Amino acid sequence: MHTLLAKSLITKPLTIAAPQPDPAALAELAQALDQRARRLLGHSLSIREVDAGSCNGCELEIHALNNAFYDLERFGIKFVASPKHADVLLVTGPVTHNMKIALERAYAVTPDPKWVVAVGDCACSGGVFAGSYACAGPVSAVIPVDLHIKGCPPQPIDLLKGLLALLATVSATGDVATTGT
Amino acid sequence: MIKKEVNREGWEQIADGLAAKTSTLLGLWAERECVHICIHDPATGVSVATLQTPDKSYPSVARKHLPALRMERAIADLFGLKAEGSPDRRPWLDHGKWPVRTPFVPVPASTTPALAYTFLPVEGEGIHQIPVGPIHAGIIEPGHFRFSANGETVVRLEERLGYVHKGIEKLFEGADLATAAKLAGRISGDSTVAYAFAFALAAEAALDIKVPPRAQDLRGIMAELERIANHFGDIGAICNDASFSLMHAHCGILREETLQHADACFGYRLMMDRIVPGGVTADLGAAEAVRLLDWTDSAEKRFDELMQMYEDTASIKNRTNTTGIVSEELVQLYGAGGYVGRASGRRFDARHHAPYPPYDGLEFDIPVLKAGDVNTRLWIRAYEIKQSFILIRTFVQRLPQGKIMATLPSPVPSSEGREGMAQVEGFRGDILVWLRFAGDGRIARCYPRDPSWFQWPLLEVAVKGNIVADFPLCNKSFNCSYSGHDL
Ligand code: SF4
Repeated sequence: MHTLLAKSLITKPLTIAAPQPDPAALAELAQALDQRARRLLGHSLSIREVDAGSCNGCELEIHALNNAFYDLERFGIKFVASPKHADVLLVTGPVTHNMKIALERAYAVTPDPKWVVAVGDCACSGGVFAGSYACAGPVSAVIPVDLHIKGCPPQPIDLLKGLLALLATVSATGDVATTGT
Repeated sequence: MIKKEVNREGWEQIADGLAAKTSTLLGLWAERECVHICIHDPATGVSVATLQTPDKSYPSVARKHLPALRMERAIADLFGLKAEGSPDRRPWLDHGKWPVRTPFVPVPASTTPALAYTFLPVEGEGIHQIPVGPIHAGIIEPGHFRFSANGETVVRLEERLGYVHKGIEKLFEGADLATAAKLAGRISGDSTVAYAFAFALAAEAALDIKVPPRAQDLRGIMAELERIANHFGDIGAICNDASFSLMHAHCGILREETLQHADACFGYRLMMDRIVPGGVTADLGAAEAVRLLDWTDSAEKRFDELMQMYEDTASIKNRTNTTGIVSEELVQLYGAGGYVGRASGRRFDARHHAPYPPYDGLEFDIPVLKAGDVNTRLWIRAYEIKQSFILIRTFVQRLPQGKIMATLPSPVPSSEGREGMAQVEGFRGDILVWLRFAGDGRIARCYPRDPSWFQWPLLEVAVKGNIVADFPLCNKSFNCSYSGHDL
């Protein structure tokens, strides 16, 4: 273990430079949030991830955000275990009927103001599962969505750009919000 | 593949053979008017038997051989076919939330009585229950775990799955070949290569398509990259659940590097839709191939150091040794594949025991250990990573020139009734895909069976007698698929 630790003292960090927030995401958010209260979050966001029927591909790439290359926490964005501690719900999957209630409950217990990001083609449109008897439809058919990040699955860099756009938007000057929706 | 029609007596004989452990269950699925069972008998090989079900029922296999139980419950939910004499008639995939019942023969749910679900009772002084999920604390798939504990000790774990049921089997019905191949690659995202591979092999077997040799080796490279990416991720995640985050961080780097190489070589990090019936859709460039080989050397060296660190750290070994033990008897009974089986003494790897290109004719070791605990399942993965590095080097170095795609007949001539089946070794075990074509080149029926079907029930056994806090460790060491199982 000592060699490993010693090596890490002399090697350069693997972390990539911060990408620019995705302009398309900024545009979508500007529209969504203009009609909504904004709040200064002190440049930090807590995210609760909800798999609402994903194939698990999207989860793998969301996971990658925590590795040394993307290192999401350096932006003050972190994943939390309970929706009660979250500002953002990151939702994947074509929302199966069997997960619909759990998603609705997670949304209900997330304190206001809150934002919902639909991650992946399934969450955005149902993807290859659209139209199935077992799926309730894209996330927006179940709870209000503020930002869509497409891809099957989206690459970590796209997730990062989207989340940075969200961070930039919600922490832009604005009064403390009273409510979310 | 041997195929036969059986009567009820023949069906019972198959169940008896399974119960007597002379054969292993590979799959059990239905159509509207029949049930199919796939078994492996060391004497005769793999066979599929079909029983017609004019009375909408068939003799339960599970009443003699429990590993069939959840499959029978799923068949009842999807097709409305009853397993006579089944020891458990509760629904499995149907949570009473779909607009229809028995979606293959749809009945509006509003016209049927509501579905009730009762967990198995646990009695005794001081027993308390801990319900967990469907949404879990981490970034993982959803499912429900019902723990009955006595103090800190788990007395029973009962799993309830089906939350991510997307109706995949029904979506296959009537899908054209390209759509179906895409769908197969989204059954379980971590195994997209393995599923696309199995689906392609099954379709190619049905349609007599010959895949060019270069495409076969490229498939092998992709499959091994997927295997090591997942094994790196799993080893890191297991250690992380025992708060050994240094391993997690370094395994995360190795996993990320694997995906970046996959992206550089084949244009997609998780390699979705790279394998299609007939061949592959991405070729490996010469420069990328050299970089890939260089990387395998550097990654292997760093990985060896990590495993040395793991082995030298008493605090993590203290958590993984003798935790979550599964007996050899049970993995044999359930035919559990992958690291779950091979960590408990079951020597089976589809790449070797049911060889398919590009693995046929290759000599390679199959690591098998006996202890059956978390530590052993972790080490099996580590040995397999080493093995995969060797395989990647072999495939890259021998890669023949030539086409990467067979010419597909279009439209597929007289595809009516053509069947194909394939078994592919994914990172978590052997995946089975069976399919039959309709007349127009579309899929009439496709049944994909995830290795998790025969591993999930063993997790319930593995945690018994362990402390609740060790459940995450046991669970990660299994890393069963929810999506691949729930379909
Ligand atoms: S978008 Fe793609 S990767 Fe994500 S859940 Fe859907 S099928 Fe899987």
